[in-house]
Amino acid sequence: MTINTLKRHMRESVKSLGRNGWMTFASISAVTVTLLLVGVFLVIMFNMNHFAKNIEDDVEIRVYIDLTATEKDKQALRAKIDAIPEVKEIQYSSKENELKNLIKSFGEEGSSFRLFEQDNPLSDVYVVKTVKPTDTMKVAKQIETFKFAHKVKYGQGEVEKLFKTLKIARNIGLGLIIGLLFTAMFLISNTIKITIFARRREIEIMRLVGATNGFIRWPFFLEGLWLGVIGAVVPVVSLSFVYYNIYEFVKPRLAVPFMQLLPFNPFMWQISAVLLLLGACIGVWGSMMSVRKFLKV
Amino acid sequence: MIEMQDVYKTYSNGVVALNGVSVRIKQGEFVYVVGPSGAGKSTFVKMMYREEKPTSGSIMINGVNLAKLKDSKVPLLRRHIGVVFQDFKLLPKLTVYENVAFALEVIEESPKTIKKKVMEVLDLVGLKHKVRSYPNELSGGEQQRVSIARSIVNSPKIVIADEPTGNLDPETSWGIMELFEQINDRGTTIVMATHNREIVNTIKRRVIAIENGKIVRDEARGEYGYDD
Ligand SMILES: Nc1ncnc2c1ncn2[C@@H]1O[C@H](COP(=O)(O)OP(=O)(O)O)[C@@H](O)[C@H]1O
Ligand SMILES: [Mg+2]
Repeated sequence: MTINTLKRHMRESVKSLGRNGWMTFASISAVTVTLLLVGVFLVIMFNMNHFAKNIEDDVEIRVYIDLTATEKDKQALRAKIDAIPEVKEIQYSSKENELKNLIKSFGEEGSSFRLFEQDNPLSDVYVVKTVKPTDTMKVAKQIETFKFAHKVKYGQGEVEKLFKTLKIARNIGLGLIIGLLFTAMFLISNTIKITIFARRREIEIMRLVGATNGFIRWPFFLEGLWLGVIGAVVPVVSLSFVYYNIYEFVKPRLAVPFMQLLPFNPFMWQISAVLLLLGACIGVWGSMMSVRKFLKV
Repeated sequence: MIEMQDVYKTYSNGVVALNGVSVRIKQGEFVYVVGPSGAGKSTFVKMMYREEKPTSGSIMINGVNLAKLKDSKVPLLRRHIGVVFQDFKLLPKLTVYENVAFALEVIEESPKTIKKKVMEVLDLVGLKHKVRSYPNELSGGEQQRVSIARSIVNSPKIVIADEPTGNLDPETSWGIMELFEQINDRGTTIVMATHNREIVNTIKRRVIAIENGKIVRDEARGEYGYDD
């Protein structure tokens, strides 16, 4: 294809964007709304997954050792826990250590716990990690039956619940988005249909004088592409702007290590690329559907 | 050279428009196609630029069988055949110049070639002074000249015209016919479906008469032969 031809196709496609006025606006709006929702959804899903992963890595069983246990009893308990095949590692945390962690986790206000340093009411703890996070509950239940395991604490299915919720949310979101994608494609294909209709005489003459199907198709292909890409601009810009501000606002305020947002760079760039690509695909696909049906090429 | 061999055409609604047509048209001939309305004249000429495909039979144009020509090759065929219609088929938003240039732009000729060729044919049809006019600023005869200019701007070997004077008054029609004669004089084959009895009987050429999808008469310097 020559430069002149490409310019010509560009010109034609832009002209019909203007000529189709309201339909162009409707198509672009549909893409915008769709991609905005897709974008918000993706941002939330990726961050939730990120949280979930962090939490998952953090899942541990805390075995509070009976205060009456002797050093030997503790050793025996440890050996029994170690014998469970699903157990990956056991760490011992003395009650002094526990208190220190407690004080630290409360930050400023934690200093009032110092009083307990003299007479520490906490227990010594074995921190147990399983090979697979999903085995946590099973292993915890088993440890509960051991002697001198005074109390056993674990995620209590929090993680499972979180994952289940995430999965449901993801499926609902996906359904919604697929519906929206089709709506946007349908609107675009209708816009292109109008263009084809408006230009049917021109197309007829093109055919008569020997234009190839590819040549005839190009302007419609481009028009669809513009509709999709222009529709993606608003979602990309607004999502990036909002995410950047939320990220900057939240970053210094979230002390808990697992509750962290994905960093703006590269995350938002990737999302933007995905949205632009999606916009382009919707546009081209919508346009090709019409072209196939109404151009008989 | 155009050669049809036992061509049948049945449209999808069951109408038999061509019912066994065989004919040979040599390069440089001028042929009128006459006959009553609905006889199959348009279908007959549509076969030649592959607007319609025959249901059976073969149509050879310069050694290519149009009955077997792939759809993707039709554009190439059209570049060697000019087509002119009763309703001119000009684009109203383009100037005279642009309407003719259109035929070259869509086959991706260079702007320099386009300019040269377009001015040449507009000169030939006598509309050089109207290059910037729009179709609605022209008379019917002038519009038909533009459409003829477009049909020959590619220097085709064959020009097919389906009732080119059908919308024109008699005086204008004579002018258009002169133009076709000029084009024919340059060696271009002309196949023209027409209802214009006066013209056929005055500018004597080969006449092919079609009735009910069959060739009923084929004379070298024929008469129109109908009363309408
Ligand atoms: N595209 C079509 N589909 C169905 N029938 C058609 C079509 N074109 C023409 N016909 C029918 O075929 C017959 C011949 O038509 P046509 O070739 O246009 O005749 P003419 O040009 O001599 O008037 C007519 O009966 C017409 O109704
Ligand atoms: Mg006809």
